[in-house]
Amino acid sequence: MPQELIIEPGRADRQYWRDIWRYRELFYFLSWRDILVRYKQTVIGIAWAVVKPLLTTVVFSFVFGRIAKLPPDGSAPYSVMVFAAMMPWQFVATSLTECSNSLIGNANLISKIYFPRLIIPAGSVITSFVDFLISAGLLVLMMAWFRWWPDFRLLSIPLFIALAFAASAGPGLWLAALNVKYRDFRYVVPFLVQTGLYVSPVGFSSKIVPERWRLLYSLNPMVGVIDGFRWAILRGETPFYWPGVGLSLAVTFLLLVSGIWYFRRVERSFADVI
Amino acid sequence: MSDPVITVENLGKKYRIRHQHQRQRYLTFRDLLADKTKRAARRLWSAARRPLTSDLRPQTSTPPAHEDFWALRGVSFEVNQGESLGIIGSNGAGKSTLLKILSRITEPTVGRARITGRVASLIEVGTGFHPELTGRENIFLNGSILGMSRAEIQRKFDEIIAFAEVEKFLDTPVKHYSSGMYVRLAFAVAAHLEQEILVVDEVLAVGDAQFQKKCLGKMREVGLHQGRTVLFVSHNIQAVKLLCSRSVLLKEGNLLAQGPTEEVTRCYLAENETTGAERVWPREAAPGDATLRLLSLKVAAGNGTTSSELCSDEYVFVEMLVEISSLNDALRVGFELLRADGTVLLTSFHNDTATSEWPPLSLGSNNLRCQVPPGLLNAGRYTVAPRICIHCVRWIVYEPPTVEFDVRITHGRSHFWMGNAPHPGAIRPVFHWVRR
Repeated sequence: MPQELIIEPGRADRQYWRDIWRYRELFYFLSWRDILVRYKQTVIGIAWAVVKPLLTTVVFSFVFGRIAKLPPDGSAPYSVMVFAAMMPWQFVATSLTECSNSLIGNANLISKIYFPRLIIPAGSVITSFVDFLISAGLLVLMMAWFRWWPDFRLLSIPLFIALAFAASAGPGLWLAALNVKYRDFRYVVPFLVQTGLYVSPVGFSSKIVPERWRLLYSLNPMVGVIDGFRWAILRGETPFYWPGVGLSLAVTFLLLVSGIWYFRRVERSFADVI
Repeated sequence: MSDPVITVENLGKKYRIRHQHQRQRYLTFRDLLADKTKRAARRLWSAARRPLTSDLRPQTSTPPAHEDFWALRGVSFEVNQGESLGIIGSNGAGKSTLLKILSRITEPTVGRARITGRVASLIEVGTGFHPELTGRENIFLNGSILGMSRAEIQRKFDEIIAFAEVEKFLDTPVKHYSSGMYVRLAFAVAAHLEQEILVVDEVLAVGDAQFQKKCLGKMREVGLHQGRTVLFVSHNIQAVKLLCSRSVLLKEGNLLAQGPTEEVTRCYLAENETTGAERVWPREAAPGDATLRLLSLKVAAGNGTTSSELCSDEYVFVEMLVEISSLNDALRVGFELLRADGTVLLTSFHNDTATSEWPPLSLGSNNLRCQVPPGLLNAGRYTVAPRICIHCVRWIVYEPPTVEFDVRITHGRSHFWMGNAPHPGAIRPVFHWVRR
């Protein structure tokens, strides 16, 4: 039975989610391409994914742990605590950067063939996840070195990985879509990523934030993600600050839903303006 | 015979042309904010002044910020199963817009189209090819971009590499391919698509002649023997005649004619009557794209005057004024010289010679002149069609014949040489004879 396709104004909306399913193989191939190219082009491709978080972790542990003498989370070594946050942070930061450039980078595809455009930023997030997996391997080595083992709470990690996905996809979709229309958004992203590293509790534990600022601080979606990762990896020695986690979750969810909404709204004009 | 597989009803697409921001190609958020603030300030200002001066001052009307432009309007036609439909028209006629709507890249503003079956659109060969990936990897990538499933690609894999003749280089990154190999591989993938409906845009225009022939053969096979439906856009009237029994002609977004290809092409040629020995385009309507625009094309006699009647013992100068916005090593500027009946007599590009002899190109205006030697052309009428491309990648200018001139024979020195009496042959050079 040949399928029938009807093209008329506004029609694409109704078939959207079915189309995403139909184009899953393209999604797979585009992600595969990005991963392949990423690690092919540079000799130190994979090394880069290792060196960057490792060096930042060393510097942060030194600056925040030794010089500023900030307290670690419970009994875990300071550098393990920093690395447990560096992993999701690097993942979200890379995703945001890649996402925001993804549509422009694939302008050629967008103006030449049809597919649900959501595939492209989603692919960027997946590509960044490969780096995440590499640094996860690094974390295991690090924990072996310090002889520090997590407990059963580690089983909850997929949950927090999902949260990290949501936290990168939401703002990522906003930035990707805005970047197509307003080309100066690409200058916003490096700034966002740079300040985000210091505003988020990467180099320090979020428990050092004064109690009365805690809730406000949790407006940053990364606070929820990082606290979650630390809780799961560092044996939950620092209990959750529940109102904060709840708020972080809500903000993340809001960004994700509004991101999809905005992306869908402007997506049909991408081919005309890109 | 059978039900139409493509029904297009009253299709239209409207674009907004922005009049401000013409300096930049892209809108920036900063400008948007600045603009909004300026407008708000102006409104406040005029609101504050209105009570005093509104009656005295004439309203200054600012020109509208955008203008609507219909790239396509009220187009309706049907295509039956197994039919090949040619879509012809000069640049800016709406052909690409039509294809983009039918392949769902962009949405129509009004109207609807109903398509039964899967559509594969070939708007460009090698869409999504990545230079760092190997031939093998690119086949899979490009195949899936064109809508093939992984299983389908695997099944057709051997056929594809045989067609492309690149077996030896399968595991070489395509950045090391010659441009010919690159195009062959790209077309090979496209030629093995299994979709019921193929939408093809000017992809045959790249590649060498032999390969073009092979592609045309493949396309014919697809249309005639496999019973698939093909929509074929081309400037190449010969190719359309060969492939399509029926055609539609677009002009300025409207459907001008539809019917048997013979009739429609005749109509197209009549529409595009050439206009003397010089053609100048206004900058905004000049053929080309963001890389380059062709501003004028003219034919001049050896003594420098623009003329539509030339003597065969003088040089014929073909002059092209192009404005280059971004330089590209593979840019080729040239033209086709055609006889009045449409046969191409020759093609010439500015970089046909050895590299050291190429005229240098620079950003901005470049006036290029080709010297057609004296004593070459036969008597009769000739037309010149501009051809500008990025070698083996895409055409920037592919216009129908634009200027025309007549040649009067003046170069024969023999008393048997009968001047302008009809003499068979497309060219009429004088060769040297010896007795051995």
